[in-house]
Parts: sequence; structure tokens; C-alpha cells
Amino acid sequence: MGMNSSKHESGRPVDPVALEQRAASFCTRSLKKETKAQGLRLVVAMTDLTTLEGSDSPEKVRSLCRKALCPDPSIPNLPQVAAVCVYPKWVALAKECVGDSGVRVASVASAFPSGQVALETKLADVREAVAQGADEIDMVLQRGAFLSGNFQEVEDEIRAIKDACESAHLKVILETGELGSMDAIAKASHLAMNAGADFIKTSTGKIQPAATMPVTLLMLEAIRSHYLAGGGMIGMKPAGGIRAAKEALHYLVMVKETLGNAWMTPEWFRFGASSLLNDVLRQLQRLESGRYAAQYDVTET
Amino acid sequence: MTSKTLNIEAPALDFGEHWEYAPAPEGTKVEIAARYGAFINGEFVKGHGRKRLATVNPATEETLSEVLIANPKDIDDAVAAARAALPKWKRLKPQERAKYLFRIARRIQERARELAVLETLDNGKPIKESRDVDIPEAAKHFFYHAGWADKLDYVFPGRKARPVGVCAQIIPWNFPFLMAAWKIAPAIACGNTVVLKPAETTPLTALRLAEIFQEVGLPPGVVNIVPGDGTTGAALAAHPGCQKLAFTGSTAVGKELARINAGNSKRLTLELGGKSPHIIFNDASLDAAVEGVVQGIFFNQGHVCCAGSRLFVQEDVLPEVQQLLRARLHNLRVGDPLDKNTDLGAINSASQLATIQHYLKQGVAEGASLQQIKTKLPKKGYWCAPTWFEGVQPAHVIAREEIFGPVLSVMSFRTPEEALTRANNTPYGLAAGIWSDKGARIFDIAAKLKAGVVWCNTYNRFDATSPFGGYKQSGFGREGGRHGLLPYLELS
Repeated sequence: MGMNSSKHESGRPVDPVALEQRAASFCTRSLKKETKAQGLRLVVAMTDLTTLEGSDSPEKVRSLCRKALCPDPSIPNLPQVAAVCVYPKWVALAKECVGDSGVRVASVASAFPSGQVALETKLADVREAVAQGADEIDMVLQRGAFLSGNFQEVEDEIRAIKDACESAHLKVILETGELGSMDAIAKASHLAMNAGADFIKTSTGKIQPAATMPVTLLMLEAIRSHYLAGGGMIGMKPAGGIRAAKEALHYLVMVKETLGNAWMTPEWFRFGASSLLNDVLRQLQRLESGRYAAQYDVTET
Repeated sequence: MTSKTLNIEAPALDFGEHWEYAPAPEGTKVEIAARYGAFINGEFVKGHGRKRLATVNPATEETLSEVLIANPKDIDDAVAAARAALPKWKRLKPQERAKYLFRIARRIQERARELAVLETLDNGKPIKESRDVDIPEAAKHFFYHAGWADKLDYVFPGRKARPVGVCAQIIPWNFPFLMAAWKIAPAIACGNTVVLKPAETTPLTALRLAEIFQEVGLPPGVVNIVPGDGTTGAALAAHPGCQKLAFTGSTAVGKELARINAGNSKRLTLELGGKSPHIIFNDASLDAAVEGVVQGIFFNQGHVCCAGSRLFVQEDVLPEVQQLLRARLHNLRVGDPLDKNTDLGAINSASQLATIQHYLKQGVAEGASLQQIKTKLPKKGYWCAPTWFEGVQPAHVIAREEIFGPVLSVMSFRTPEEALTRANNTPYGLAAGIWSDKGARIFDIAAKLKAGVVWCNTYNRFDATSPFGGYKQSGFGREGGRHGLLPYLELS
């Protein structure tokens, strides 16, 4: 057992009341003018533009990728998003659409969203996505084993999937809405980081509650503690439920004031979202034009 | 298990100026008169005193207004007005008295923004705090005590409650408006009348409160406000026409007031200084504890009588706590108090800044290690960067005397007994904070700490329903809650 899995780091109790209060304090920051404009652009650049529906079609994937490359032609100097996030079936098509633009293709895998299949099936799922060209794999933590206390099994599974990822980055989705307590979320965060996660991610988006500020703060604090203990940098991705630009800016404040500058890039922080991007674009249009944009002023995918 | 050693090679977190927050200033359109007198018998009067004092904005050193230094003749007038108003006020139907308090509370809410801006201009505290704490809490105190006004006969079962009489009240500069509310609300709810002296450097919001008294039609003389300096306070404290003296401020002045009133029948309550301890045990949620410690000492620039200025950390988590503390402090924003993103405003006065700087020098001379965050302080005004001392010994002066500024002393302990001994080894006893996830330990330690308020896994939480006050040289008497009514009632 290394220093990173010491009792102090993973067994530290969490105070949910204090978390809520601290998370709320970030929302009192007042972001104006250039700060707001820069922040909104950063949110765009940090977005994992996502579609994870049973009804996804080739056309849907194509339009998602187009939007990822050029979210809004009417806004000057707008960055492209960080990644598109799709099911393994659509990885090849997405890869073809984004080409060598720098937009990455992330695929959910490992029997998303429940993870309720045998490890071999999960590994096959992951290998398939990687073979199709996925740059990033978003796996789901095995909640069944975790909640029953079989932590070794969970850790072994993450390690096996990490191996199957080869050079692809691994994001571990904790599905915090199913873990039952803040203490469990802290434990799962440390377990995933110690088992090789490049990113830890709150939710699949299929379970409520998905990402919240207190839960994200807790995971950022876990990343900080891992980092300060010499474990290196780990990325963070809140996903599901973040729909308003203003809310996303509060998340950025939280990252800035918890982990500092190094995490304020798409390399280390992502928003997993589908409808957030359009609200951000409307806000940016307003900063450009001085008037509030209508729903139809931005494109739906 | 051996204690965890932190990897010192891991790079520290960098909180530079990347994505800096643009200024977000609150508007300052608040009318301030060039001169203020006193508020006596329901009227603003010029006063007899010939001397005036300039009240300045500590963030800019600009004079906001010239305010009367009330002299003994002014005090005579104010006490006479309070005395004359007393018979009618105490016989007024309690429900009617309650209505006045309700109206005051609602008017405070209606004028909250103006009051918050004025408080920040006169005091130097961040607008975030005057807006979210000082003014709303003041309104709450009037609401709460309005509720007591017609229930006083039921507060202490079997005993009849009567007002004490004319109350002299002297308040400090750290929470000028809130302290006025803490003092006035229970006094008038219980049927007393009041002569209140605001602090020398922060008289403006108390005088604004007087405007509110006029607006709601509070009968003349029920509350009189006499601004001034120490001479005014001394004249009021010694005035034989008052039946009660309530004081919040420094221990030195408190002792002097007790001396002045020794041998007379005047009732006295003193809410004085503190050197309150935080104890962080190794099973605490360290992120929560560090946040609480930071709020506990840097709230209101540390100008808080119950500021948690001594931090005791169990030795095996000390390095981790120091790391987290450093990271957290680098995110504190010091500067323009009217900016909504400011966490620490200006030190209230040049003399208080000199006091703080004296202690910083003394700490270094005693051998403690001074740590400050790097921050650009404005050129004008009175400023002190958030400071903490490492390597502090309990015998150091900085660990014993109240600094009343943004200065934290970090110390360690090994066993709970040692923590208790060190925490209680102080002439003060106002507040204390315990940080532990273990319920049994919290109850054990809380019962053994000699402090008027013990907060567990939180700090600086106030409520009008909860009594506040100290042990030992932190004073006597309680404010707030049922206990806070006692100093303003004669029970028979």
C-alpha cells in the first residue's frame, strides 16, 4: 500500500453541512465583464458535448460533431469544445467527423450506465471503443461491489479496464447519486484515483441527483488531497444537471479556489453536458450584441 | 500507525492571477450629512459639546462626516429624556411595544442596502459581510425581541418581570449597527429606555437607526443616541440617572467601568475581549475544519471579540492542516470593501493597525514564524494582509493577548488533555471551537472548555435565540435568547 491509500487520505470523514456551506459561498462571487466573457469561453473549451440516447442516429452524431468543432460561427474567437461523448457504436463515425481537429472522442464503456455485466464483457466493450479510435473512455464504477464493501473487486476492475484503455484516458464515473453518503463518495474518489483513473466523474446523467456543487467540491478536495500527498494531478468532470451558464461559472470559481490555476484547462477539468453549451452561447451572444438571445439564435443538434 | 509524512516534493498549488475577477463594486449613493449631532428626545440636536470628531472611511482615509463629541451636559439631556419617557413606555401595553420593534425590524430590512453600504464605508468591513450578516442579523434581533415584549411574565415562571429603568449602553466599532441592535432591542422590549453611545470611529449607522426610530414614530426619549469619544463614554457610564450599564468592548475599559460603578446599585453587564481557541483533532474533517478556522479568524478582519485566534492542531495532522490553511489563505481577497468579491476589508483605524503591527513585530521577536499571503494592498487606507504564525508557544505574548486583527497563532498538541489545558490556559473565556467527527469526544471536551460559547464543527454562528457571553475576563451577562432578557428585567 502506497502513501496515496493511507488511512488519512481515504478514511478522512466528510462534513456534509460544511460542504454545502462552502459550495454556496462560491456562488456569491460576482463575475463581471471580461471575467465573465473569459469564463464562458473556458466553459465552452471544457465541454464534453454529449449524446447518450437509445435514439442516437448517424445524423445526430454528425450534427453533434459539427457543433463541437464550431459551436457558434457568429461569435468571434470561440474555442472548439474539448470532446464529444458518445456510445461505442458511434465512435468511428464521430472520429471521422472530428478528424484531426483536436476535438477528442470520448466513449462511455463498461456496460454504461449500470455496469451490471461480467468483467470480460466490460473489457470487450472498452477494447471495442478503443479499437474504433476513442481517445477517452468513461467507465462506470461497479456500485454493486462498492456498496457491498467489496472494494478490492472494484479496484481490480478499474485496473483491468485501465489496462484495456491502452493510451486512451480513463474517466471513472462514480455515479454519486447511488453511493448514499458523502463519506462513500470520498472513499470511491480515492479508490478510483489510486486504481489509475485519469479523471473522476460524478455521474452518468441517467440517475438523479447527478452533479451538484457540494459533491463536486468533495471530489475536488479529494483530488487536492491526492495531489498534495504526492499522487500527481487527477482531472475532474461533473456531469449531468448543469444547464445554466451562470452555474457553470460558479463551478469554475470552485475549481479556481480549490485547486488553483493548473486545473483551469480542458486537460484537467470538463463539463459533461448537452444543453449547457447553448445557454453559454446565448450568454456570449448577449455580451457581443448587448441583447438577450432567443432560443432559436443557437443551433440544436 | 505512524503519522503521515507529506511529500514535500509535490509542487504546491498555484493560486495566481489567472482568470482574475474583475471589480464588482456596490454602488455608493448613500447620503451622509457633513455634520451630525446627537439624537435626544426624538430629535436630532446640535448638542452642547463644542468638539467634533472626524469619522473616516478606513479604506480611503477620507473624512465621511464630522460628528459631535457629546459632553456631560448632552449626557444629562439624554438621560433626562430617557427618564421622562420611562413611565409611559413601561406602562404601554406590551403588544403595543412589540409593534414598535416589529416596525423597526421591517424598516431595517427595507433600508438594508443603504445601511450595508454606510456600514462598510464607516467601518471598512467587506460589503459581503455587512450585506449578508450585520444588517440582516440586526433586523432579526428586533423581530425576535418583539416576540418577547408581551410574554415577559411567562419567561421566568412564577416571577413577575418589571423593567430596570434607564439603560446606558456603550458599544464597540467592530459591528456598529449590529451591536446597537443587540443592545437596544432587548432593552426596549422589556420596557426600559435607553441612552446609547456608539463607538468613536463608527457613529454613522447608529445615527441612521435613529432616523428609523423617527420614521416608525417611536415615542421621544425611549432611545437616545449620543456620539462621542472616551470622555463621552465615561460621563455616561458614571451618570447617576441610569439604573443599568451595558458595555461591549475591551477588557481594559470594562474593568474601568466596573471600578467607576463599584459601590452603587447600578446593574452592570460586560461583554469583553477574548483569545478563543480552536482545537482540531486528527479524526476531524480537515477541509471543513480549515474552512471554519479561516472564517473564525479572518471574518471582519479579525475584529471579532470571539475570533478564534489560537489554533491547536493534533500533531499528526499538523502538516496537512498547514498545507490546507496555506492553500485556503491564498484565495482570500483583500481590498476595496465595497467590491462584492472582497473577503477582507480595511482595518478600522490607524490606531488599531498600529496595535496589530506592534503584535506582529512582537511575535517575530519572540521567535514565532510569521506567514503572510502575498497580496497587493491599496496604497491609501489601513490594511493588514491575512497573517498566521507558526512555531508559536503558549507562553508567547501573541498567544495570550487579544490582537483584534487578522492574525492566527498555530500551535499543536498530542493528547486531548493537553489540548484542554492549553485551550483553557487564558485569562479569557468567550468562545471555543472543537473539530472532531467523534460525538463522544465532542461532548467530553465541550463540557470541559471554559468558554461562554462552544461551537462544534462550525464557528461564528449566531442567532438571536441563543445566548452569547463570556467567562473570566471576557465579561459577564448574556445577550440573546431568554438569558439575554435577564439583565433588562427586575424579577420579583
